[in-house]
Amino acid sequence: MERAAIRTEALTKYYGKNRGIIDVTLRVEEGDFFGFIGPNGAGKSTTIRTLLGLIFATSGKAEVFGKDIVRDKISILADTGYLPGEASFYNNMKVGDMISYASRLRGVDCRAEAETLCRRLELDTSRKIGELSLGNRKKLGIVIALQHRPKLYILDEPTSGLDPLMQQEFFSIMEERNREGATVFLSSHILGEVSRYCRHAAVIREGRLTVCDSVENLAHTGVKYVTLQGVDRTPSFENISDLAQEGNLTRFLYRGDANTLIKELSGYTFSDVAVRDPDLDEVFRHFYEGEEK
Amino acid sequence: MTVFAFELKRGRLSLIIWTAVIVFMLCITVLIYPQMASQMATVTDMFADMGAFSTAFGMDKLNFGEFIGYFAVECGNVLGLGGALFAAIMGISAIAKEEKERTAEFLYTQPLSRTRVVAEKYAALIVQILILNAVVCGAVIACAAAIGETADIGTMLLLMLAYLLLQLEIASICFGISAFLRGGGIAIGLGLALLLYFMNIISNITEDAKALKYVTPFAYADGADITASGTLNMKYLAVGAALALAGVAAAFVKYRRKDL
Repeated sequence: MERAAIRTEALTKYYGKNRGIIDVTLRVEEGDFFGFIGPNGAGKSTTIRTLLGLIFATSGKAEVFGKDIVRDKISILADTGYLPGEASFYNNMKVGDMISYASRLRGVDCRAEAETLCRRLELDTSRKIGELSLGNRKKLGIVIALQHRPKLYILDEPTSGLDPLMQQEFFSIMEERNREGATVFLSSHILGEVSRYCRHAAVIREGRLTVCDSVENLAHTGVKYVTLQGVDRTPSFENISDLAQEGNLTRFLYRGDANTLIKELSGYTFSDVAVRDPDLDEVFRHFYEGEEK
Repeated sequence: MTVFAFELKRGRLSLIIWTAVIVFMLCITVLIYPQMASQMATVTDMFADMGAFSTAFGMDKLNFGEFIGYFAVECGNVLGLGGALFAAIMGISAIAKEEKERTAEFLYTQPLSRTRVVAEKYAALIVQILILNAVVCGAVIACAAAIGETADIGTMLLLMLAYLLLQLEIASICFGISAFLRGGGIAIGLGLALLLYFMNIISNITEDAKALKYVTPFAYADGADITASGTLNMKYLAVGAALALAGVAAAFVKYRRKDL
């Protein structure tokens, strides 16, 4: 198999007896803009923290740019910019000192880049970190993750705490970096931003990957949203899920052949019918919440 | 050496305060000796005559009529206990504070091996202790010279060397414990330092507890023994060195594979 930016194979992490992630097999191509979605506690951060060598997998293995995450950790970290979910820094330092400490630890001079980023994100470098708001602390995290222009960005819930304008600025920076060839891997529980910016996405739920595909394919999964008005009895045939009734409206998800759907529906009486593709949010929510019984 | 330099800078205030307090207290006790000396002859008999209390602090073996006897006890109290507490606090928080303040996630995702970070942190810890002791030693010798008590400088230096070694041992053991902690452990560090201090006192009082002398570094840094023998007890010191080494080794081994 050729080299991927990130490749995991049956990656599993237990914290004692508690589940972290189970059998996560994932592939992120170089140059991709990849969204990693899941509710809180699904295992997004566990996956990311394992990739970065902060925690050690119980079993399975993973590579970044073809390098083993345990054996070649330092060389991987040199190529990576990481934004932690809860970015914490040394509280009694000034923002500017923290940024330059980070660059000294990397042995890279990135003053010009840091300055540009601070200006674009409107981050005041003379403030003390302890006095920063959550959003400003996040911005500091972003500058530290981006200033050395790495080949791979691993961003854990990058937009939480940022106001909408800053979120937009952040994504436009990430899109620029992506166009220049960098790989972006971000986790999020905000479906909208993933469907807007990412080319590929994976959904993780209760520690397991439920789907991993291009955002385009995910939008056309063959799942149809069916709404019937004034139907004579509750529809019941193969491949129906998420059935809900509201007044004289009956909605359900149909996953299967469109012809079969029409044939099945012809057995019912109703006053109106609408069949449409669900939008991406609804698709993701579907994977998010898991299959209904 | 970026982490090393950063650690020194970060611990600067703490180092300055501890050094200043120890220097101040120790210099005062040295400088007031001339006024005390005249009364010391009677005091020596009284101190040596307080039974278990005297043995506990080694006062039965010391001659308060001489400057060095007086200095051994005061130095033991101020530099011995003060230095031990400083070493314990600095050692126990060296590694653990990154996890407590949640900065570990930043530090350990920079392209540096954990071994390298831990080594630089340990080096900074040792250097801080050396600085404190160098300043204290310089100030004390200067004060002793100022009051004209230079006869026993050799023994004074030996005493302060013993307390330096004691601090290095306690710092190393606490450093090892630090690697296992998830949050701050200052209470554990202080508790350990005080426990070791009292172990020595107990072993001074009762013969049955003599074995404790091998455990606590306060045994080889016992002012009364050092002044009497003019040398450090190598058996106790060897055990102490082994404990210190075990502490440092534990820190490195644990941190190589610790989930942060």
